[in-house]
Amino acid sequence: MPQMNMIEAIRDALDVKMGQDKDVLVFGEDVGYFGGVFRCTAGLQEKHGLHRCFDTPISEGGIVGIAVGMAANGLRPVAEIQFADYIYPGYDQIASEAARLRYRSNGDFTAPLTIRTPVGGGIYGGTTHSQSPESLFTHIAGLKTVIPSNPYDAKGLLIQAIEDNDPVLFLEPKRLYNGPFDGDPHKPAVSWAKHELGDVPAGHYTVPFESARKVASGDDLTILCYGTMVWVAETSAKMMGVDADILDLRSLLPLDIDAIAESVKRTGRCLILHEATRTSGFGAELAAQVAEACFYSLEVPIFRVTGWDTPYPHAQEWAYFPGQRRVCGGIRTIMESQ
Amino acid sequence: MATSTKKASTKKKTAPKTNKDELISYYRDMLLIRRFEEKAGQLYGMGQIAGFCHLYIGQEAVVVGCRAAMKEGDQMITGYRDHGHMLACGMEPRGVMAELTGRIDGYSRGKGGSMHMFSTDKKFYGGHGIVGAQVSLGAGLGFANKYLDNNAVSLAFFGDGAANQGQVYETFNMANLWDLPVVFVIENNQYAMGTSVERASAQVELYKRGESFGIEGHQVDGMNVLEVRDATQMAIDHARAGKGPMVLEMKTYRYRGHSMSDPAKYRTRDEVNEVRGMRDPIDAVKDIMIKKKWIDLDGLKDLDKEIKATVAEAVDFAQNSPEPEPFELYTDVLLED
Repeated sequence: MPQMNMIEAIRDALDVKMGQDKDVLVFGEDVGYFGGVFRCTAGLQEKHGLHRCFDTPISEGGIVGIAVGMAANGLRPVAEIQFADYIYPGYDQIASEAARLRYRSNGDFTAPLTIRTPVGGGIYGGTTHSQSPESLFTHIAGLKTVIPSNPYDAKGLLIQAIEDNDPVLFLEPKRLYNGPFDGDPHKPAVSWAKHELGDVPAGHYTVPFESARKVASGDDLTILCYGTMVWVAETSAKMMGVDADILDLRSLLPLDIDAIAESVKRTGRCLILHEATRTSGFGAELAAQVAEACFYSLEVPIFRVTGWDTPYPHAQEWAYFPGQRRVCGGIRTIMESQ
Repeated sequence: MATSTKKASTKKKTAPKTNKDELISYYRDMLLIRRFEEKAGQLYGMGQIAGFCHLYIGQEAVVVGCRAAMKEGDQMITGYRDHGHMLACGMEPRGVMAELTGRIDGYSRGKGGSMHMFSTDKKFYGGHGIVGAQVSLGAGLGFANKYLDNNAVSLAFFGDGAANQGQVYETFNMANLWDLPVVFVIENNQYAMGTSVERASAQVELYKRGESFGIEGHQVDGMNVLEVRDATQMAIDHARAGKGPMVLEMKTYRYRGHSMSDPAKYRTRDEVNEVRGMRDPIDAVKDIMIKKKWIDLDGLKDLDKEIKATVAEAVDFAQNSPEPEPFELYTDVLLED
């Protein structure tokens, strides 16, 4: 089976869909000729032509708006926003147009578009190149939000997103592009080549939304996580010597609440992780849904480990990032609660 | 107001006036930026600066020329390629270097990094990492100047890439509608990251971008510090007289990559070398000074030595400044009690 890192897996998904469907177009800032700042679209312009993989001006509002119009008129655009931190000029088009077209037009018009954008920290990007804005999007009815944690899922989820008949926001944890990252910046980087989730089948396959991946099975506690935090969770649980039931949510909306409820009802303990700021973060939604679905099974309060309620700093990046120490602390808190 | 847009080449050529002291000071300011940026590039290579670092090398004449036309109290705001602007404003090289290296003595206590620094003292309003976002802020500075009747003008700098952001045009409209004292300085270095102006812009003559809003625009040789200064002087005078904004397109060039991780496959080495060899803004000033016998080779050497010492001192200062403590993450999020 081909070995791919997450960049190659994303590129392969785009390549597969462009090969299958001439209505799939790929565009964004520096996406065509340059191949994308993270190289996710390298070679696609040469292979599929200038008319199908192309550069846009630096105009995020325009990029998203044009994608909505293209999608409403029969195409399947895949737009890249270079960093999630740049998406805000396009937010109006996402929230008010893409996500609402089906509802407003009584189902006559739809916007089957995909917006890909890198999220998260770990590359010293500071306030404007490190944010995790997922909860701003899961708050929008009419939009799906997914986030892979490995190359296999990245390819399968991206193909699923492109084939989906509604708008999908596809978040790419940039710290995972080249390898799994368990939250320790001092350890030598690990590449996907040595990991089974770097085995990415050639050709077409999909990973369905609303299907959390079981990362580890256990009965001590449930850990709900996604993106980079999946790897921090796995390592931290091992360090703490607990049998954790770890769920990689993969798709935040729609959410696989059945898998979550099954797990929490069994363990009675729930730890929620994300890199984004805490207040009104996606963890708050998860906590509410867990409380609604599993209240009488919970043995101890739900606990969250998240980014701090501060901007992402340039210096002290690892003091911001919810790394192993904080996640282990969260596990300890939950396990020691009576 | 009638609009006119002018290309540099169509203007009547009268050599800009200057004198020895003036030119030496421009030379010194440009050389400081260049040496500072070269050193920042080295430190990045050594892993002492992490993340993003966009060097200004090649574009020095733009900000130094603009600064020369500004008066005390005028403001400057720019994007992420901002080190040159800060040095030209008179901000301390050591404070800028300490910020680049993420240290507590940096202008934003290490939390801002390369793209996010400010100085109330020097009227430098940042340092903004989101492409084009600062342009509207620049007009807001101008609005406040007008409302407060403080006679100041704001200079809003942005690149050829940012010139395609929608908010720039919302800003142009308001700025001229309300006759705001703001000068829009487009630093056209010809590449928005890896995308050339031709591949991203339907109208590549960016000085014309204000035309439909009735804003006068001029194209300027951004590699010529004196022409930059004179054009900026004209635009500032216009704005200060209450006649509203003006657009200046500075034709310039960056020698280095967009950022430190730029593979630079979108242009040839020859193209870069040609600009370096033929149009370098610092060499051009050096040639005038030598020709006019305003400085000799020893004088140049002394100047270079002095600037290198300033930069070395900045590096030393930055390296000896500690990282901010983790509690600093929570400072300055909102006003503290």
